[in-house]
Amino acid sequence: MQTKRMTYPGRFLPYALLAPQVIVTLIFFIWPAGQALYQSLLREDAFGLRSTFVGLENFARLFRDGSYVNSLSVTVVFAVGTTLLSMTVALLLASTVNRMIRSRSTYTTLLVWPYAIAPALAGVLWWFIFNPSIGIVPYMLEMVGYQWNHRNSGSDAMLLVIFAAAWKQISYNFLFFLAGLQSIPQSLIEAASIDGASPTKRFWTIIFPLLTPTTFFLLVVNVVYAMFDTFAIIHATTAGGPAQATNILVYKVYADGFVGLNLGSSAAQSVILMVIVVALTMIQFRFIERRVNY
Amino acid sequence: MASITLEGLKKTYSGDVHAVKGIDLQIEDGEFVVLVGPSGCGKSTLLRMVAGLETITEGTLKIGDRVVNKLEPAERDIAMVFQNYALYPHMTVYNNLAYGLKNRGFNKEDIEKRVRIAAKMLEIEEFLERKPRKLSGGQRQRVAMGRALVRDPAAFLFDEPLSNLDAKLRVQMRVEIKQLQRRLKTTSLYVTHDQLEAMTLGDRLVVLNAGQIEQVGTPMDIYARPASMFVAGFIGSPAMNMLPVDYLNEQGANGLLDNLPDGTDVVGIRPDDMHLTPPTAPHLIVDSTLALFEAAGAESHLYVTLADSDQPTVIRVSGQPPVAEGETLRFFVTRDALHPFNSATGKRTGD
Amino acid sequence: MVENRPWANLIAHIVLISGVALVVFPVYVAIIASTHSLSGLLQGTLPLLPGGHGIENYTRMWQSGVSNAGAPPAALMLWNSFIMAMAITVGKLSISLLSAFAIVYFRFRFRMFFFWVIFVTLMLPVEVRIIPTFKVVADLKMLNSFAGLSIPLIASATATFLFRQFFMTIPEEMLEAARVDGAGPLKFFKDILMPLSVTNIAALFVIMFIYGWNQYLWPLIITTDPDYYTIVMGIQRMTSEENPQWQLVMAAVVMAALPPVLVILFMQRLFVKGLTETEK
Repeated sequence: MQTKRMTYPGRFLPYALLAPQVIVTLIFFIWPAGQALYQSLLREDAFGLRSTFVGLENFARLFRDGSYVNSLSVTVVFAVGTTLLSMTVALLLASTVNRMIRSRSTYTTLLVWPYAIAPALAGVLWWFIFNPSIGIVPYMLEMVGYQWNHRNSGSDAMLLVIFAAAWKQISYNFLFFLAGLQSIPQSLIEAASIDGASPTKRFWTIIFPLLTPTTFFLLVVNVVYAMFDTFAIIHATTAGGPAQATNILVYKVYADGFVGLNLGSSAAQSVILMVIVVALTMIQFRFIERRVNY
Repeated sequence: MASITLEGLKKTYSGDVHAVKGIDLQIEDGEFVVLVGPSGCGKSTLLRMVAGLETITEGTLKIGDRVVNKLEPAERDIAMVFQNYALYPHMTVYNNLAYGLKNRGFNKEDIEKRVRIAAKMLEIEEFLERKPRKLSGGQRQRVAMGRALVRDPAAFLFDEPLSNLDAKLRVQMRVEIKQLQRRLKTTSLYVTHDQLEAMTLGDRLVVLNAGQIEQVGTPMDIYARPASMFVAGFIGSPAMNMLPVDYLNEQGANGLLDNLPDGTDVVGIRPDDMHLTPPTAPHLIVDSTLALFEAAGAESHLYVTLADSDQPTVIRVSGQPPVAEGETLRFFVTRDALHPFNSATGKRTGD
Repeated sequence: MVENRPWANLIAHIVLISGVALVVFPVYVAIIASTHSLSGLLQGTLPLLPGGHGIENYTRMWQSGVSNAGAPPAALMLWNSFIMAMAITVGKLSISLLSAFAIVYFRFRFRMFFFWVIFVTLMLPVEVRIIPTFKVVADLKMLNSFAGLSIPLIASATATFLFRQFFMTIPEEMLEAARVDGAGPLKFFKDILMPLSVTNIAALFVIMFIYGWNQYLWPLIITTDPDYYTIVMGIQRMTSEENPQWQLVMAAVVMAALPPVLVILFMQRLFVKGLTETEK
């Protein structure tokens, strides 16, 4: 990794400069992660007094456990749903805003602020407007003959958390798509229109392919977001229910460890999640590197 | 003010990349020395070693009587003008000039006085409260010079300071640097790849190639007696033409080339030593075809193809001779205009 | 480009206005709900126009909270959120600036090792390793304290990377000129590097402040003393009741959302820069 051509000589100073960050990282990141790894290989007895080494038994149990497999598939549905919904809406809005001249900045301002809303608040907001007894959306749905109830229906609950999670993420995706669109040289679009391509055709043959790097980047970021940052949305609304229909992996780690006090299993789940995050981060880094080389 | 002494200075990167391969050079107090050479010849590295921005792998560097090999740049009592000026963008011009003085613990009045004097000398007084980005290229260049000037250092180091300016401004600043240095008599080391800049600025030139000194001398010495084919090709524009002795003999040299120094197999001829009318002194005669005619106003450059040869050759004549492209052209060269070289060693013969 | 299609522009505006409506709708509902009485909300369907209980709801939430739900006054929770967000932001920025400075401007033994130690934090969100981290904080006796709320969250690979990236774009000559001018490392950091980084620091400040303000799980598990509740987690306490007092919940939601939204609206340029240039 690079430094500057010329650097300061330092025996002591660079270590002192790094110390605060490294100490915090060691105490609050590396050590707990190591603990999780260690715990994942142990089993505690019912009273939490003794623990025995059980190797990969905790992992094996997880994959035999129907509720963990359920959680995996719930996570996939939730992540794919949130990512697709949020990115599609954001791309539609960004490409529409991008063709505006005078009103561009106004619309941008009106669309970016939900980034500031905490996921937990987003959950509460959607929970409220979908509230089966007093919410406004179930009332409207009832008029078209649908009985919305996310307290009993797993699919309603899943839709609700997807809406909340996607809503919160629209502004992030919108900004990146808009930045991506603005980096496409105007001359390419002009060339295409001289070549007789209609606006729709221009979008699919010129703009969309050139947006691939942005799209791919956002795909990874959104999956990471849906898998890890949405804990608050689940916790503040469905709490994983009904009947585990929205019990995504990151929520299950918390529920099994903190509420269920099953430390070995929770630690094994942590380790699996860490592996997933590391894999996703690597993909993202690979990709950023490639993009730098463009 | 002080002399600068380089003894066996070497710079080696990561084991075996030899950027500077042993330089011995004595720069006298008050002298203006120009390091000139093509890019990658090690001239900037050498300057940066003097400045303390690069470590010295081997050898001794003295400023005055002090060995400064291990000293920080700030402790060497030098000032440097960078190619991209390296002005602090967030400071006003005044603070840019004052920063080095503040770090050295000068008191307020002294700093104020020095900055005013330097600013006056460089005619940048009216910009003192501005930020660098509000200045033109030429004004920034002056500020960069001012930053060197205020310190009244033992030596000025210039790293291609004019290469970011447009052609007209470059000539103007060149003249100003020269006048300033004459007035202040501060020892100066100046790096450039532009041979014209080198010729016009330096009391002495040091021509560098591949990390080694090719030749040291006054600009006119080097122009008149280039020590190697490299120097001959580098100093002077258009570059010196190189013709094999055998070829000239075949074209009929009338014994004119018989008493060249031992080992000579190539002779160099400056484009302005090729005449279209026969001189009175004994001369060589070469036939050629005019391939391209370049009129540059006061002078013209004739690109010719020699008879029985594919050697590219340029002739420089004053004014605009009545010749047309495609025409056969005969030119004449006197004996004393020939620079004898050995093509195997690349060195001038007979010295 | 000449593009004269009035109907296309009309469609574009319709798309955008529906987009804005979609984005605004939940918040609009919240604002409306916070101006009604609870009985007004429970009457049947939700009203879509403001009611007359706004001042009453906000005052009550601000001054006394909902004690039977374990939610202290919003004023206290907002203050706690502010302290936590500021501590996290300032902490992250300072340690990241220092470590990026060390990594870029010094060559020293184990440089790559330290770089990787910092790098892994990028990969380990707090949610993933929540239980062992909680245990560490409990062992250090940092539960129910501002130190416990903020310090474990201030290590940030993201900010370190951004500053490293930015420092690499600063011309080499800036350091060289400073050294010729007699500036040592700390002087260079203070006089040259920090002033040059002001915009980047500000941009990151916006992002980090929002990150800190919106923390949820962490304050939830390490605070049991209502004196340390933050607004975002406090709202959860109120909604997990059997019969939430929605008018107060929504007043709290509006108050919780307002500070970060205002930050974005007033610093939109910096916010966009911070977001799109960090690449998360």
